[in-house]
Amino acid sequence: MIMSNIRFNNSRRQFLKNISLSSGGLLLGFSFMDAEASDIPALLPKDIDIAGFNSYLSIANDGIVSVFSPNPELGQNIKTSFAMVVAEELDADWNKVKVIQAPLDTSKFDRQLTGGSGAIPHSWKRLRNAGATARHLLVAAAAAKWNVAASECTTENGFVYHKASGKQAGYGELATAASKIIVPADVKLKDHKDFKLIGKPIRNVENKNIATGKPLFGLDFYREGMMYATIQRPPAFGQKIKSVNADEAKSMPGITDVVTFKNYVAVVGDSTWAVLKARKTLNVEYEEEKALESSSDHNAIFSKLMESTDAKVRRKDGDVDAAFKSAAKVLKSEYECPFVPHNPLEPMNFFAHVKEDGVELIGPTQTPGAARKAVSDLLKIPEDKITVDITRLGGGFGRRLKFDYVVEAAELSSIIKKPVKVIWTREDDMGGGSYRPAVRYRFEAALDSAGNIIGYKCRGVGINVENSTRQDNFPSGSIENLLIDSVEHQSPITTGAWRAPVTNFLAYAEQSFLDEIAVATGKDPVQMRLDLLQRAKEKPVGPIRYDIDRMATVIKTVAEKAQWGKKKGVFQGFSVYFSHASYVGQVCEVVMKDGKPKVLKIYAVSDCGVVINSSGALQQVMGGITDGYGTAMYGKLSFRNGEPEQKNFDRYRLVRMKEIFDIDASFINNGIDPTGLGEPALPPTGGAVANAIFKATGVRIKKQPFIDQAPFKS
Amino acid sequence: MAVFNLHVNGKVQKVDVAEDTPLLWVLRDHLRLVGTKFGCGVGQCGACTVHMDGAPLRSCLLPVNAVGNAKIVTIEGLSENGDHPLQLAWDEVDVPQCGYCQSGQIMSAAALLKRTPKPTMEEIENTMHGNLCRCGAYHRIREAVKVASTKSVTTKTK
Repeated sequence: MIMSNIRFNNSRRQFLKNISLSSGGLLLGFSFMDAEASDIPALLPKDIDIAGFNSYLSIANDGIVSVFSPNPELGQNIKTSFAMVVAEELDADWNKVKVIQAPLDTSKFDRQLTGGSGAIPHSWKRLRNAGATARHLLVAAAAAKWNVAASECTTENGFVYHKASGKQAGYGELATAASKIIVPADVKLKDHKDFKLIGKPIRNVENKNIATGKPLFGLDFYREGMMYATIQRPPAFGQKIKSVNADEAKSMPGITDVVTFKNYVAVVGDSTWAVLKARKTLNVEYEEEKALESSSDHNAIFSKLMESTDAKVRRKDGDVDAAFKSAAKVLKSEYECPFVPHNPLEPMNFFAHVKEDGVELIGPTQTPGAARKAVSDLLKIPEDKITVDITRLGGGFGRRLKFDYVVEAAELSSIIKKPVKVIWTREDDMGGGSYRPAVRYRFEAALDSAGNIIGYKCRGVGINVENSTRQDNFPSGSIENLLIDSVEHQSPITTGAWRAPVTNFLAYAEQSFLDEIAVATGKDPVQMRLDLLQRAKEKPVGPIRYDIDRMATVIKTVAEKAQWGKKKGVFQGFSVYFSHASYVGQVCEVVMKDGKPKVLKIYAVSDCGVVINSSGALQQVMGGITDGYGTAMYGKLSFRNGEPEQKNFDRYRLVRMKEIFDIDASFINNGIDPTGLGEPALPPTGGAVANAIFKATGVRIKKQPFIDQAPFKS
Repeated sequence: MAVFNLHVNGKVQKVDVAEDTPLLWVLRDHLRLVGTKFGCGVGQCGACTVHMDGAPLRSCLLPVNAVGNAKIVTIEGLSENGDHPLQLAWDEVDVPQCGYCQSGQIMSAAALLKRTPKPTMEEIENTMHGNLCRCGAYHRIREAVKVASTKSVTTKTK
């Protein structure tokens, strides 16, 4: 037996462990505890716990490779991408790869959450190692069986080959033997040039199930004996329950319980319609607990706090006051964005069963670990007695980072002592908070007589957003005298992370203001940004989070692709943004139609390092741009006495098919380890569109939604 | 409560439900056909689209007592083996992101292709404008409908 190339490692801390299954086959666990720590910043709520990490892949004797995907799938296509990375290093037959959503298991997985565009960057090396190690073991098993050197063996498409002797064996038949070999401490990963799957357009592994209506989502989950529940929450933020009369609801057919807890009245019954109907008969009186804010109040709050002398300084470079005093010209501009709801198409819902010996939680969540901890804290039940199964999420957009709907389902189950699924209506969802915060920005630029930016100020005033700025993003680092500060107003209206938190509105405002500077100084907006980057490179000012060369490459590439400044008959607007460790530059093309600007096309060039799935990556960019456009154009949640004025899609406008435009999306694909893509294409869009509209009409749109502003509205 | 004999996906299904129960909830809660989705409950998003006698219908708005003898087809009954040209095109074009709206999208598109086997892009857009996709997969939805329309519909429906 030639096993010379196999290193033995009996340490308990070995990086990988292989476990023989009683049914045969190879089950490979890889401990992520020993892998290098990720420094990917996750822009997430503080209460998300990050713990130990493991994952598994298994190979059955029939050759089926099962990849357990730990992170919740909400449309970012992680279930396909994760498996592709494992299969690539394994040299698996993609047709024999099955992907299984893993339940919450903090003893095996770390960062088992979806948010911050962080799953791929976090898992890239770990997944590759898993695949490569399994491949190594299969080769070793084949080499031992054939009594040849492992170095003489090759792998392809689920088989090990020994070309010299013409021998070959499928992974399935080698799996049991491979499972008995102790794993090496490290394995060689492929050269990128040898990738066969990575970079290819691989179809979503769930396409067929989705297209045939299989039960995949939380709302589809059903268990015999389960109750259905709807919860009445206060209609306005700042209210609390004064009295409840549920006599009629209790007497209605199919209703088993009506219970009041915290600020909720839950109606429980044997079907969705029974509880929805009974809920309409509830007579709940509310009283004011906190201020019932209206949008007009927010307007006044923005104006007041914009002049606050108590702002939190986020970044200060040089002597800003002196720069502004010596300026030949000062530009000053304010931008504003309203609250917007997340509106995932699947409304919030969760199944909970609180039993004597533990709790079962099943449903759509971006943060299974944090949800479990919150349920544990509330019910005083240890976390190891609580299981969380993650269904597919019908969209998330950040809403399902919050786990209020998980906790309330568990609390209700503990009160009624029955398994229950709580279902939110669209009105509950849109009225239930955790919105993108409303913000106003003031930008100021001090220009010298040559039009150089010698001073720059940005103040963000946000409602329930602690820091509405990204102080170390571009153009920071390129301007000698710079001040970035923020002020927060704390409101009863709840807010949370919304796809590309903060940058989804900041980028629009900032990229528009940079365009204003270019116009005021007679510079080309693309060249001005490149000049600023050159300054940051030659004479860097303070710390920066972005890579100057990567940003410059994205700018140049998209400008070239769109023939920036050279096209006749269209008005072009430029924007570029760095977020979630990726870079996206966009050129928007607008024409005038019936006296109004109309977007014809957006060119987008993204640098997210290695593109794993070229089909999925395109979806993320095109979807992000469509979302960014729709939200900038139409998104608005306004308030009257603490109550949202839009509660369903009849009054809240989402972008629809006839409003879309061509998108030309491409990637730098520079071989750098992959970074996030679920969010980064969204932030630049609002700015690119607004800048193109300015070019076409001379009107600078300073407030979202655009549809409420000139030139769309007079 | 009342008993209804509904024609769903080629079978007669007996349900005992409140007369005003929207067809959507009869399908989902009582017949366990959960491919038809709940999105808004006010006929605005199209996630609950089914066919009633071949025409597209927002099942969230139709009370079960108005169904009568009409033949209802849901996504589960669109084809016997999941091989309706639209279902194949949805995979081929790799349409879904989160996927929640897609059965409603496919049902709207299937009704269009039944009526107009070779629709123009404008006809596709006019029809599909009524279905929301929060992920913004509209480009590929449009493309997949076009792709499906170029293939003949030989699928046996339930």
